[in-house]
Amino acid sequence: MRITHTRLISQIFFIGLFLFFAFIAQFGYLKGYPVSLFLEADPLVALATAITTHTLYRGLLWSLVVLIPTILLGRFFCNWICPYGILHQFIGWLFNRRSIKERIESNRYRTIFALKYYILIGMLSAAAFGSLQVGLLDPISLFYRSLTVAVLPALNMATEWIYIQPFEYQFAWLVGFLLFFFVAMNLFIPRFFCRVLCPLGATLGLFSRFSLWRIERDVQKCDNCNLCLQRCEGACDPHANLRKSECVVCLNCLDDCPHDALSFNMLPPVAHEATLPDLNRRRAILAGITGLLFFPFSRSSGDLTKNFKKEVMRPPGAVAEPEFLARCTKCDQCLRVCPTNVLQPAMFEAGIEGIWTPVMNMKMGYCELNCTLCGQVCPTGAIQKISLPQKLGMGEFTDPGPVKTGTAFFDQGRCLPWSMDIPCVVCQEVCPISPKAIFSRPVEITDRWGKTVKLTRPYVDPILCNGCGICEHECPVKDLRAIRVTAVGETRSQERSLLLK
Amino acid sequence: MERREFIKRVGAAGLAITSSVAGAAWLYDPRSGAEYFRNRESQKAKTLRSYHVDRAQGAVDMAIVRGKDPEKMMRTGLGEMGGIGLFIQKGDIVVIKPNVAFDRPPALGATTNPDVLKAVALLCREAGARKVIVADNPVNQPEGCFFKSGIQQAALEAGAEVMLPRESAFLPVKIGGEVLKTWSMFYRPFEQATKVIGVAPCKDHNLCSASMTMKNWYGLLGGRRNQFHQQIHKVIADFPHMIKPTFVVLDATRILMHNGPTGGRLSDVSEGNTLVIGTDMVAVDTFGYTLLGRDPDKLDYLHLAETRGLGSTKWKEQNWREVQTG
Repeated sequence: MRITHTRLISQIFFIGLFLFFAFIAQFGYLKGYPVSLFLEADPLVALATAITTHTLYRGLLWSLVVLIPTILLGRFFCNWICPYGILHQFIGWLFNRRSIKERIESNRYRTIFALKYYILIGMLSAAAFGSLQVGLLDPISLFYRSLTVAVLPALNMATEWIYIQPFEYQFAWLVGFLLFFFVAMNLFIPRFFCRVLCPLGATLGLFSRFSLWRIERDVQKCDNCNLCLQRCEGACDPHANLRKSECVVCLNCLDDCPHDALSFNMLPPVAHEATLPDLNRRRAILAGITGLLFFPFSRSSGDLTKNFKKEVMRPPGAVAEPEFLARCTKCDQCLRVCPTNVLQPAMFEAGIEGIWTPVMNMKMGYCELNCTLCGQVCPTGAIQKISLPQKLGMGEFTDPGPVKTGTAFFDQGRCLPWSMDIPCVVCQEVCPISPKAIFSRPVEITDRWGKTVKLTRPYVDPILCNGCGICEHECPVKDLRAIRVTAVGETRSQERSLLLK
Repeated sequence: MERREFIKRVGAAGLAITSSVAGAAWLYDPRSGAEYFRNRESQKAKTLRSYHVDRAQGAVDMAIVRGKDPEKMMRTGLGEMGGIGLFIQKGDIVVIKPNVAFDRPPALGATTNPDVLKAVALLCREAGARKVIVADNPVNQPEGCFFKSGIQQAALEAGAEVMLPRESAFLPVKIGGEVLKTWSMFYRPFEQATKVIGVAPCKDHNLCSASMTMKNWYGLLGGRRNQFHQQIHKVIADFPHMIKPTFVVLDATRILMHNGPTGGRLSDVSEGNTLVIGTDMVAVDTFGYTLLGRDPDKLDYLHLAETRGLGSTKWKEQNWREVQTG
């Protein structure tokens, strides 16, 4: 069996595993499976959160399992394990160019392939200030987000296989379009995303400078036919001095060389390789400055301070907003695992830094009282892994009390019993707290025709309300609900608290 | 130009014109305004058949069973009423409607006791039912409700099938009530059903005071059911128009006394150790209301339903039994 066949088996296994984990990451199937494994083994997520938080959260230790072999073997991850890379390679194979000559030309190195390093530098420079933006393009986060927000809902529309009741996400079209765009670009530049944009590839490219093994060309045997380029995934110049940072160790060139001039060798001469990526210092500095300026420019909008938005209700167990933005990698696995669809990918609600981070939208769902799944799967601790007693404020957590994600408020002008003499109190019925955080007072009123009407009018008890939002979700005033939850009173922030405690 | 080519090209153009005209004529719809909307409304609604079974004159209509073992209680109670065989025959497809509205463990009394559900399903299987379907459309997220309430486990152990309320499982159904005429209902379980059994917990309710066997049918409806609260008593009295069950079980093994219909603390629940089996939901609920320590004369929906001839609040005048099991 050829080594490339082994690679193919590895690719099929890992994309299968990734899709399997993504599929089972929901209430009905999630048993003890390590569904976050791909995100936790992602060295970019580990590196960037280590920069933002100065710690390595729990499972992120798995990233060493990818990083250490990279230091020995180069960017093998990109072409053996990375599900997004595998997707792009598969699409490239499916829409294969016909002539060998065309293929050779499409796999030559281009200067634009250095862009990913500048993207990485910009993102890490923002990370140094505490803003985690790698998730925008980190392939594992990006692929997971695309599946959760766009692909699975679309698949469910056709089949009803995924959800009991359809899940929907705001701006799903944008996430879906981006996936389509990155996939379609393979028809113009093979492995466009991997070669041009991928910040994880760039990270591994930097670490592969140390790699002890690499492709080596025997110049005695080589007759410069360039056939090694016809299926070269990395565009790493195996026909010349190998660009170590670009090679994704697909090993196709070993198969394709008619003269047996190529081999995967340990410690070949440094003179035959381009050890470092093709970086321009001035551009690198510019990229760093972009990331540096991104931080003050985005923070000066006040989204985290005076101008924080009432819509930015984070899932239970979420850390305070500045740290949340330092930890959330926008993978949206919490959205995937949430049983009610309440978690939505933010657009600009949480500022430009918060794009695609999870926010609760009570029109879409509500926070299920006896559920802490989002924190169980969060790979970076943006949502902490809290227990049910901690969420509910029971047992040893009686004193801190329940975790609150916001507070419900009545809009009396829209509430049926308050302003229209019509009985309702659905909000009180569905309130899961005992004693209920929504209580009502009976009133007897004379309606406009002189008839006596008996009603109960609802009130919120802000001490008991935990902001789960099921009242808002079930309120029959369907567009702008007569009871709405806003972020004030949330446990995670002293600044946003409501009551003196 | 060759004649052959001429015929080919003119023919192709002609075909394109003909098919465009034919397509347009086929799709043409001149209706607009009132006519359009009338056409929309006339979509046919399904009607549920009656699942009631006729029994001999003087048969027992209601059995109140006291005890601790739900299976024994069900057997004894149904035995008093002539045995399950009078209700369920070989080959029947039985739909059991528990109340799984909330994501709660059974001990909190907000959902049907899984042991009671299991007993009912087992007895149906024993009586020869070909299939037993357990179905509900919960308020909270369905998978969580069925799992945490223990209902799913109980159903599977009894050899029943759980049907979850997928979007495509809902169809407009004729309710024929005073307020509800037609409404979107979780219809798929009823496509093949020949018998229907309601198994409802006995609960306090914040708006209508008590949720028992009549209110239980709310859980089959979909759509904008949160509007029902605006005329809750009339709507509950509409449910017996919609469905004529084979029999109902009021599960008062636990009784949710306060903070209904969700409960949430063990102190909201009291031991009831009672099951009420009956064919008249009004009668069963009238008795059930006394288990909550309240006065049935003051529960509007019972009297609305009685006035409409859907049952009787005077259960004591009917043929009833009270039995104690070990």
